[in-house]
Amino acid sequence: MNYLNTLLFGLYPYLALIICFIASWIRYDREQYTWKASSSQLLEGKQLKIGSRLFHVGIIVVLLGHFVGLLTPVELWHLLGIHAHHKQIIAMTLGGIFGVICFIGLTILLRRRLFNPRIRATSSNMDIAVLLLLYAQLILGLGSIFISAQHTDGEEMLLLMSWAQNIATFDPTQAATAIASVHWIYKLHVFLGMSLFVVFPFSRLVHVFSVPVKYVGRRYQIVRKKAWH
Amino acid sequence: MKVRAQIGMVLNLDKCIGCHTCSITCKNVWTSREGVEYAWFNNVETKPGIGFPKEWENQDKWKGGWQRSADGKLTPRIGGKLRVLANIFANPDLPEIDDYYEPFDFDYQHLHTAGKSEHQPTARPRSLITGQRMEKINWGPNWEEILGTEFAKRRKDKNFDDVVQTEIYGQFEKTFLMYLPRLCEHCLNPACVASCPSGAIYKRDEDGIVLIDQDKCRGWRMCVSGCPYKKIYYNWKSGKSEKCTFCYPRIEAGQPTVCSETCVGRIRYLGVLLYDADRIAEAASVASEKDLYQAQLDIFLDPNSPGVIAAAQAEGIPQAWIEAAQRSPVYKMAVEWQVALPLHPEYRTLPMVWYIPPLSPIQNAAQAGHVGMNGEIPDLKSLRIPLRYLANLLTAGDEKPVEHALERMIAMRAYMRSKHVDGVQDLEVLKQVGLDVVTVEEMYRYMAIANYEDRFVVPTSHRAYAENAYDLKSSCGFSFGNGCGDGDNDVSLFGTKAKGVRQVIPVSIQE
Repeated sequence: MNYLNTLLFGLYPYLALIICFIASWIRYDREQYTWKASSSQLLEGKQLKIGSRLFHVGIIVVLLGHFVGLLTPVELWHLLGIHAHHKQIIAMTLGGIFGVICFIGLTILLRRRLFNPRIRATSSNMDIAVLLLLYAQLILGLGSIFISAQHTDGEEMLLLMSWAQNIATFDPTQAATAIASVHWIYKLHVFLGMSLFVVFPFSRLVHVFSVPVKYVGRRYQIVRKKAWH
Repeated sequence: MKVRAQIGMVLNLDKCIGCHTCSITCKNVWTSREGVEYAWFNNVETKPGIGFPKEWENQDKWKGGWQRSADGKLTPRIGGKLRVLANIFANPDLPEIDDYYEPFDFDYQHLHTAGKSEHQPTARPRSLITGQRMEKINWGPNWEEILGTEFAKRRKDKNFDDVVQTEIYGQFEKTFLMYLPRLCEHCLNPACVASCPSGAIYKRDEDGIVLIDQDKCRGWRMCVSGCPYKKIYYNWKSGKSEKCTFCYPRIEAGQPTVCSETCVGRIRYLGVLLYDADRIAEAASVASEKDLYQAQLDIFLDPNSPGVIAAAQAEGIPQAWIEAAQRSPVYKMAVEWQVALPLHPEYRTLPMVWYIPPLSPIQNAAQAGHVGMNGEIPDLKSLRIPLRYLANLLTAGDEKPVEHALERMIAMRAYMRSKHVDGVQDLEVLKQVGLDVVTVEEMYRYMAIANYEDRFVVPTSHRAYAENAYDLKSSCGFSFGNGCGDGDNDVSLFGTKAKGVRQVIPVSIQE
């Protein structure tokens, strides 16, 4: 069990991140024609307009919440005067609200992807797989709220934070130890989350890297010039 | 003054017979691929009609082009940058496939394989998206061909705005018809470029062609909404937007575009125009929509003026391009004779594919005795509605330039007719429209005879100077981005589906 624990929560995260970054790099460099958001709005717009908006708003807040919540050192929270107990309540509330928004959106999108004949026929296996993975991950995440509600002292959350921060500071043994005793639902959630990093570069998820923030600052017109001389 | 060169196009609608050869040759070359079966970089519409995609001219609905605010600033009608980004998850102004049509093919194989039966076997339609049987085809790329569908539907045509008693046009004897071949306008102030969040669309400095960088496009599909002509198509297979390329590989080699080359009516003209790039914003943002046509005319530069030539040379424009601009049929028709007019200048994109308005509605009316005569030529003002319609199409509602162009063409006809049929030189008719004999003979040569070398004055692009040929050795020429690969390999790590198999008869080279 200990070996498995170290493999899944000490080594697998690094493996997943390395695959994510190297493969994304290769894809961006060599297969940029495949780098896209892969929108299917042309083929079906009505459901997508609701589903996609809810999903994206939800997932963006939830993801940012995870990064801030997991990677901010405990000392900083103490400095801000936020106790683990309070932090857990905030996390559960925000995660709960936006998780549900995301869930409604994702349900609409999944239903559309599977049962709209036009969307189904033009979906790749990976398009469907990614949606199912996200759906499973979201359900696990929402399910973990009920587990968390049984002990609001923040202790289990601190263990999960310790795991994430030890991974970030290259201390896999410490990380694996920290997570060993938490409820299985968190472990499954973490494992699936790492697996999403693995899938990331091989799926349409790469569009996350291409948020067009530069658009705000650029001029409207673009002219490209070949040197005449 | 910053001189820039652009290859422009003029289409002489007076000679368009609506044969669709341009659309078909374009389709065969550019969009006979999975994902863009529905896309027609070039299509020919029958007007009046709502066109392709449905009601593309209705910008209240599709929000294409630019909007001028009270302080004279232009923003895309789909919204400023933040609004565009806010809509990135779902574009509220995107046409869907049914606004174009569901692409289909027929089960031709069934004709070969059907068993013995009482009735002849038929080839029934099948959707090219779902692969499912289509029981009924409701719309196609040219559903309104020669005034197909009932008038009640076609009267939604936006160009009927301000036309009183449109219903009269539903009556058979008062009806009129014209063809409108459409392609990307390669605008001077393109709204598609402005609305692309990725910055993948660009205008080429050397010839003005607007292209989408297929590698950089991320498929945010804002350009489809931004373009008021709806001439950017989203490829549902590749997830990228695609558009008319003005056949740039041919243009670079000094050849006309495929649609121009194959036009059997010889209605298309290609030529260089020099313009002042510093004045684009000024011209596109004049207060009154009716002034846009004149404003655009004003930024075109006279290629024979020594000052312009010097400025063009200083800008590095090759001598061959300046000479081509001097012989440009597009410059003659659009600027010198002013018989060619832009398509919907009110979108404020400064389009560069211009149209000579058709005489046929007027001619038909004149023959039927509906039109009074004004001296030598039919009195166009007595034919309010087609004129109003053409003005809504070509000059943002200003009837004077349309009238001017039509009168000149009628005068040319009358002059040449009396010269060749009656053997007399009718100088009176020329005087009435302000033409002289030399000009009218030249107009006749260009517009009626329309020789190949007069229609197409396309200088080569001097790539040899622009690119290091050594670096280009063993490169792949034209491709859809991704270097030499097409991103469609069967064994791609990155999840693209295997390419659909198309049965093609192998080409044999005939000596």
